[in-house]
Amino acid sequence: MLEFLGRLLGTSDGSKTKAKERLRLVLVHDRSSLSPGLLESLKEDLIKVISKYMDIDESGLEVNLDKSDDSVALVANIPVKNVKRQGKGK
Amino acid sequence: MGKVIVITSGKGGVGKTTTTANLGHGLAALGRKVCLVDADIGLRNLDVVLGLENRIVYHLLDVVEGNCTVSKALIRDKQHGENLVLLAAAQTREKDAVNPDQMRDLMKVLRKEYDYVLVDCPAGIEQGFRNAVAGADQAILVTTPEVSAVRDADRIVGLLEATELHDPQVIINRIRPDMVRRGDMLDISDVDDFLRIPILGIVPDDESIIVSTNRGEPVVNDQRSRSGQAYRNICRRLEGQEVPFMDLQGENFMQRLLRRIRVGAANR
Repeated sequence: MLEFLGRLLGTSDGSKTKAKERLRLVLVHDRSSLSPGLLESLKEDLIKVISKYMDIDESGLEVNLDKSDDSVALVANIPVKNVKRQGKGK
Repeated sequence: MGKVIVITSGKGGVGKTTTTANLGHGLAALGRKVCLVDADIGLRNLDVVLGLENRIVYHLLDVVEGNCTVSKALIRDKQHGENLVLLAAAQTREKDAVNPDQMRDLMKVLRKEYDYVLVDCPAGIEQGFRNAVAGADQAILVTTPEVSAVRDADRIVGLLEATELHDPQVIINRIRPDMVRRGDMLDISDVDDFLRIPILGIVPDDESIIVSTNRGEPVVNDQRSRSGQAYRNICRRLEGQEVPFMDLQGENFMQRLLRRIRVGAANR
């Protein structure tokens, strides 16, 4: 009865809200699966940028997308060999 | 030189074939020469929706394999004659019997003769999909306001970006205004927010589609039907005309209130 009143007044949410939320999550996950090629070029670009500021161990570089229930994070593990002196980096 | 448009969706059962048939009839009614190609090899249906199932002699694979000429395999429509023709799919073969290069060559031939070549794509993202999009200049996505259909459409948008087919447009099919109003169905702006591609048209859910499909006569020819009107609007948009979207919510406050009371009472 409460739901009926809510709907009569247009205040209660229909199942659309649920559908939108589920669709949002599904699409975040679907879209986050990077192709191997894309991941490789992302790695190369990361190396280029970070190398301006520090020496890194390129072979130990790891880049992954970390998916949890309601979010996706880009996680990069980059071993640093040496940090360049300030002022010297471009 | 005509335009080759592939009609695709990812998910099955959202209305690709019905859309192809109706756009074909609608464009022919506007005076265009149209060729419809059923690329769903092994599961052909476009012939049935068009009511041409008894006329098929040759099919797409006969043409590709050189068993007959293109013109011999094209079936003329009952109503529009040589201005609307169908190239049927093979029913007893599999999707990998043809490859994208062969489809590209076929489209080159067809686009010389016709203003529009509409390709009805099979569901899925495998070989059949790759064949259907090969040689197309443009893609129309069909989706329904459901989580699964929009999700699959989004996947197709991504796959199309990887091919030479950019800028797909979407038709949102089977909208139920009463459910949208109640908040129980995704509306046009919701789907738009997710897909972010231009909307070519919106088609209301309509019983007359089922009736017309039973008869093998596309609903676009039915002047009284709402969905027929929606397809006629889409055809005019394809022709470059500016046509506003149908008002699916055309009710005043009292009608809406009465409907809510009825729906509310039914749900109790």
